[in-house]
Amino acid sequence: MSAESTAPLPAAGTTAPLLTVDGLKVSFATEDGLVRAVDGVSFTVDPGEVVAIVGESGSGKSVTAMTLMGLTRGPNSEFEGTATFDGTELIGASNAQLQRIRGAGIAMVFQDPMSSLDPVYRVGDQIVEQIRAHEKVSKAQAMDRAVEMMERVGIPRAKERLRSYPHEFSGGMRQRVMIAMALSCSPKLLLADEPTTALDVTIQAQILEEMRTLRQDTGAGIILVTHDLGVVADIADRVIVMYSGRVVEEGTLDDIFYNPQHPYTWGLLGSITRIDADRSQRLPAIAGMPPSVLRAPKGCHFRPRCPHAFDKCGEVPELEQRQPDVPTSRDRCWLPVADKKRLRVVGDQIGLAKPAQEPVGA
Amino acid sequence: MIRFIIRRLFAAFFVMLAVTIITFLLLGATGNQAARLAGRNATTAQIHLITLKYGFNKPIWVQYYKTMKNIFTGQAYSYQQSFNVITEVKHDYPATLSLAFGAGIIWLLISVLFGTLAAVYAGRLTDRVLTIVSMAGVSFPPFFLGAIFLYYLGYKLNWFPLSGYVSLNHPWQWFKHLVLPWATLSILFIGFYSRVLRSTILDNANEDYVRTAHAKGLTDGQVLRRHTLRNSMIPIISLWGLDMGQLLGGAAILTETVFGLQGVGELAYNAIQNLDVITIMVIVILTALAVVLLSAVVDILYALLDPRIRLA
Repeated sequence: MSAESTAPLPAAGTTAPLLTVDGLKVSFATEDGLVRAVDGVSFTVDPGEVVAIVGESGSGKSVTAMTLMGLTRGPNSEFEGTATFDGTELIGASNAQLQRIRGAGIAMVFQDPMSSLDPVYRVGDQIVEQIRAHEKVSKAQAMDRAVEMMERVGIPRAKERLRSYPHEFSGGMRQRVMIAMALSCSPKLLLADEPTTALDVTIQAQILEEMRTLRQDTGAGIILVTHDLGVVADIADRVIVMYSGRVVEEGTLDDIFYNPQHPYTWGLLGSITRIDADRSQRLPAIAGMPPSVLRAPKGCHFRPRCPHAFDKCGEVPELEQRQPDVPTSRDRCWLPVADKKRLRVVGDQIGLAKPAQEPVGA
Repeated sequence: MIRFIIRRLFAAFFVMLAVTIITFLLLGATGNQAARLAGRNATTAQIHLITLKYGFNKPIWVQYYKTMKNIFTGQAYSYQQSFNVITEVKHDYPATLSLAFGAGIIWLLISVLFGTLAAVYAGRLTDRVLTIVSMAGVSFPPFFLGAIFLYYLGYKLNWFPLSGYVSLNHPWQWFKHLVLPWATLSILFIGFYSRVLRSTILDNANEDYVRTAHAKGLTDGQVLRRHTLRNSMIPIISLWGLDMGQLLGGAAILTETVFGLQGVGELAYNAIQNLDVITIMVIVILTALAVVLLSAVVDILYALLDPRIRLA
């Protein structure tokens, strides 16, 4: 780790983190030019910790997760930075090294359970395939483990359902199969890329409950990639807010929800539908569109959409601790901390709005 | 499975009924058959005699019934050449079957190999070489390619016999006589099939379940063999069924002619030239049967490859 790198904060009271990502950059060569999908992302995940990565579509959150597994590798992609998992550097790892880690050390659950299972194999065989890719066990032993896993994630009559094909399952059940499969080799880290986005709300709650139980039972770290702040509030210990390839804010769940520092986070919080909201009002939304990753704006990426932007925003702010009394919170915003407290209040809650009367930067 | 077979047989019966009726009506519409059979300088009395002999004065459905009855009782004599068509087909069909199935297996195996290699090395040298080879294969007409093979490998080097078909009773001779025809016919299909498979594999490689397979920690080879390739074989199998059906109906006539195999293709060609009604009918029935049977085989293969398809 170099001296000037934005070294992630060590989480309080724990030993070495399970995963340390430092200065991760991912770019893809496209016909229109170089796309920098991830632009210097650093964070840590401790054992047993649930870290949520939130942001809009195109913020680089999924690319970050997939890069950790080496799933974004290809002739057109370039990587910088490091990601150290349990002593192994992932970004520069050989394919053979990665294959040993994938599914065993780090397992992944994807967004769309409808298409993430191979339609031509029985679900039991798909789970067994993963177990036998990593452990020298007999087919029967692996089958027993598959049944155990499926029971654990709440699939009824697991022994019979083992012989079903994916198309014979509902979406929620398929996602349970995906989770059972991901957990079959007792991974230390689970990457869940929008695991509940394609599911009904009731099923969402059940799947989150399963993930919570698993964290308690196995002590695995979880990275939850999502754009759903409701899900985040439900399960996360720490939150990383990404915007246009960069981490703009990082903090504990309480930091993010009750003391957010970055105007983008205010905008996200302000756009949550509230059951007590005045229904005659339009749902607040962040004005404008996320910038094209091909032509990212200079300085802070959020500047073109930020009503509080001022001269200094032409420079990129570092991701650092800006509130002396809150060591868990880091952000990339030039606004003085005192002004933020005032600017983020819209009506009686947090939101993103034009500055009312007083100018910024006092 | 049994229900599937019964339903297929039922369907086959109606397909054949429709095909034979349509063919029979079309052939009947080609003109006065009696006059044609009687020849150029026939008298009215001669034509009348022939009309009575073959029953051309009877209602068309009676004629159809009699023709079909003759065919299915093995009494199908050609009006023109008075040979028994059934005997003739029995004699010619082994050559066509050997050619079609042999070539079918060869081109299926080689195109799976070529298509997979081209997809794995997409954009690189292997892919480009295979693309050119495929294009060349598709572009060679069988009469040209066959002639080249015969001249160099048969005549000049004397590795293979020049023409004819030897029955399976002499397996080595059978094989030697068929190697060049198989090669000629296969090359035509390998180019096309390997291109289709290449693009299907590349499409499937972007599917979510392939990403899942990688995320499970499988090697690239395992992902390809177990997941990408198996899903990509489905369109190839349906193409194969259609093409085999055609070939069994005598569509390999060019290859059959170049190598003097005397298969059903040649028989069909001659029958159509002479408007030999009985021979045409027999071959049409045979083709329809081949297509129906092969599509049933393809459906079974489908269900084996893809469990979402149910045989019922």
